[in-house]
Amino acid sequence: MRKADLATEIYEKVGVSKKEAADLVELVLDTIKGILQKGESFKIAGFGNFVVRSKGPRKGRNPRTGEEIGITPRRVVTFRPSQIFKKYVN
Amino acid sequence: MTKAQLIEKLSEQVPTLTKRQAEVVVNTIFNGIRTALAKGDKIEIRGFGSFRLRNRRMKEGRNPKTGTTVSVPAKRVPFFKAGKELKEIVNK
Repeated sequence: MRKADLATEIYEKVGVSKKEAADLVELVLDTIKGILQKGESFKIAGFGNFVVRSKGPRKGRNPRTGEEIGITPRRVVTFRPSQIFKKYVN
Repeated sequence: MTKAQLIEKLSEQVPTLTKRQAEVVVNTIFNGIRTALAKGDKIEIRGFGSFRLRNRRMKEGRNPKTGTTVSVPAKRVPFFKAGKELKEIVNK
């Protein structure tokens, strides 16, 4: 499934044009991205939570050469599915 | 931000959309992802990330209260992998 499939479903259900449906999908995703960029989490009941986590510096290794390199501190997005979502896929 | 706040924001940003329609838009997206995964489908959203199922093997667990060993059955769990753009955005 891709973005276009979601847009098609919105077009069928909401009564907007195909172009508007595609723009709406984009707008929802951009809004979520904006929230995560601020370091805020995003929660959807029945689906799960997107949380931004900070990771400290650590040492890594180039798997090919075995050379040791430093990994800089960074922020990553993690997703924790809700109980409902977990039940849904089993 | 919660789903309700997202719906609110969406209907503010798109004046032609009623709140009810904004709600349908948001629900369609997340229900769509959930249903696709339940069917075993993979979801790839460019610029955001991908959702797929990961298999968890059966394992031995323990009831923390009584200490008795119980077997936890194998199962599938939803897994999200952030896309390149999203990874970059959160590090800015």
